[in-house]
Amino acid sequence: MITDRLLGRSGAVFLAIVLAVAVLVPLSNLALPAGSALRVPDYMMPLLGKYLCYALLALSVDLVWGYAGILSLGHGAFFALGGYAMGMYLMRQIGARGVYGNPVLPDFMVFLNYKELPWFWQGFDHFPFAALMVLAAPGLLAFVFGWFAFRSRVTGVYLSIITQAMTYALLLAFFRNDMGFGGNNGLTDFKDILGFPVQAQGTRAALFFLSAVALAGGFLLCRAVVTSKLGKVLVAIRDAESRTRFIGYRVETYKLFVWTLSAMLAGVAGALYVPQVGIINPSEFAPASSIETVIWVAVGGRGTLAGAALGAVVVNAGKTWFTGVFPEVWLFALGLLFVLVTLLLPKGILGTAAEWWTGRRRPAVRDLDDEDGVARPVDARGAPVPAE
Amino acid sequence: MQTTTTPALLYLDAVSVVFDGFRALNNLSLMIGPTEMRAIIGPNGAGKTTMMDVITGKTRPTAGQATFEGGRHDLTTLDEATIAQLGIGRKFQTPTVFEMHTVEDNLRLALKADRRTFPTLFARRSAAERERIDALLERIRLTDSRRRRAAELSHGQKQWLEIGMLLAQEPKLLLVDEPAAGMTDQETADTADLLREIARTRAVVVVEHDMVFVRDLGVKVTCLHEGTVLAEGSLDQVSANERVVEVYLGR
Repeated sequence: MITDRLLGRSGAVFLAIVLAVAVLVPLSNLALPAGSALRVPDYMMPLLGKYLCYALLALSVDLVWGYAGILSLGHGAFFALGGYAMGMYLMRQIGARGVYGNPVLPDFMVFLNYKELPWFWQGFDHFPFAALMVLAAPGLLAFVFGWFAFRSRVTGVYLSIITQAMTYALLLAFFRNDMGFGGNNGLTDFKDILGFPVQAQGTRAALFFLSAVALAGGFLLCRAVVTSKLGKVLVAIRDAESRTRFIGYRVETYKLFVWTLSAMLAGVAGALYVPQVGIINPSEFAPASSIETVIWVAVGGRGTLAGAALGAVVVNAGKTWFTGVFPEVWLFALGLLFVLVTLLLPKGILGTAAEWWTGRRRPAVRDLDDEDGVARPVDARGAPVPAE
Repeated sequence: MQTTTTPALLYLDAVSVVFDGFRALNNLSLMIGPTEMRAIIGPNGAGKTTMMDVITGKTRPTAGQATFEGGRHDLTTLDEATIAQLGIGRKFQTPTVFEMHTVEDNLRLALKADRRTFPTLFARRSAAERERIDALLERIRLTDSRRRRAAELSHGQKQWLEIGMLLAQEPKLLLVDEPAAGMTDQETADTADLLREIARTRAVVVVEHDMVFVRDLGVKVTCLHEGTVLAEGSLDQVSANERVVEVYLGR
């Protein structure tokens, strides 16, 4: 019963696929001989791992956009902060193996004539502390930002614009060398994670596995939220905010809760992304990255969770292929994709598929449909907002 | 005018609301008893909606007092959610229900319960809750539609669902804005019955244009004009008032 509610129909399929991928991809890479046709090539595993991190990021955006109607155009900031927290840990693990051989200071600090480690770098040599910061840094930023924005009742386009301003401000700040985060080069040249070499195939397999597990866990967490009574309140806020207020729900605290939770999920995605990609730099804060994430969600299906993850993987796989074949036209292709999806598949891939499926067996599914408790997919153009 | 033996549930004293120099409410005073039903009439722009906004915390008055439950709560300092939790329910002019939710979920969300974030996250469906919802569905005649999405309901059904949601909150005072708008004659008569029944246990303030409906309700009428009370009394008394006739028929 409880698992039924938590998973829904498509959720069980989604979870099974993610867990199968979690096991099969690393297994095929490690166990099969080098020439085998079924073997996932070495270069492919971190690439696929990256897609999984993007899928988790898309999930976090869908949680706030699809269910609470908060269109964030700055979720890249939370992703990047989680990434920087992990990057700082990885930098401290380099120790004396850096180019300058300083046992405490990372190379870029030696280069910039730092005499000692800045206070905010303290503690990052301990993994548990860094792991805590992966959640705390984006969580705190989201909490403070949301506390002001939601209490002042900033909504809709205005909110989207200030999320964009937030990530842009962080982009500019992180570009500065004297911020102490490596300026425009960011953090790179990582050596170890928890004592394992980051480049080793075994470590990569483990990171891939963890990314898939994080995606599955994030999915279950989001499902638990959206199928709860609180999830129904979120959809109520999305569709008729002031009605929800007049019924006695303090809308701003509900938004703040889901917003902060979503930011922390994005932070986890960023933290898993960095060791697999091998670098974190300010470009992750670029407003365009955050907008791209929204496109993944729209393509996969807003308000479907699994669809958001699917959209992230599909669009990024397309991007990898496209930038290999026609590097110049990728951005045009992405724009065209967004236009086409908005016009032809306003409910995204999964939303359209789900509609087609229930349309075919409507009478039989009626009750089940209700019990699964999900918000019905809404189109990328926005949820219907009844006039008041 | 008002007997002072029963303390007022709602008390507005000399309330004024000024928007950019425009006086939406002008020295408005109003007193509603604990189980009183009152009809508010008045031409467009008389300040009926602004009055509801002041009572529900959406608009802060420029001057004057608004108190609830014999002066125990100062409504001018509380936000919408707190006022709703105190027991003031509001129905909008155009029915606003949660279209994407089922009829049942609409009622469940409105049901009186802990409204804080975490208790809501961990809330479980209980038998008592289900009984309450069943009773409400019966009362608003939507039992057969409980699993339908609210968006699929007819206009009249949505109006009733919204009234059902108000009842689910167990408010002490209901503010109902044009409940009969867009309804058939039969639905209008049924709605009047429903409101009269509700008013036996709680206070109801109805804003309405439809004079037939107001006559159906058969309660004390307050006529607003230019943000202030023009006349108060039975419908016959009010309609006999020369100023009211003037306002309604034009000078």
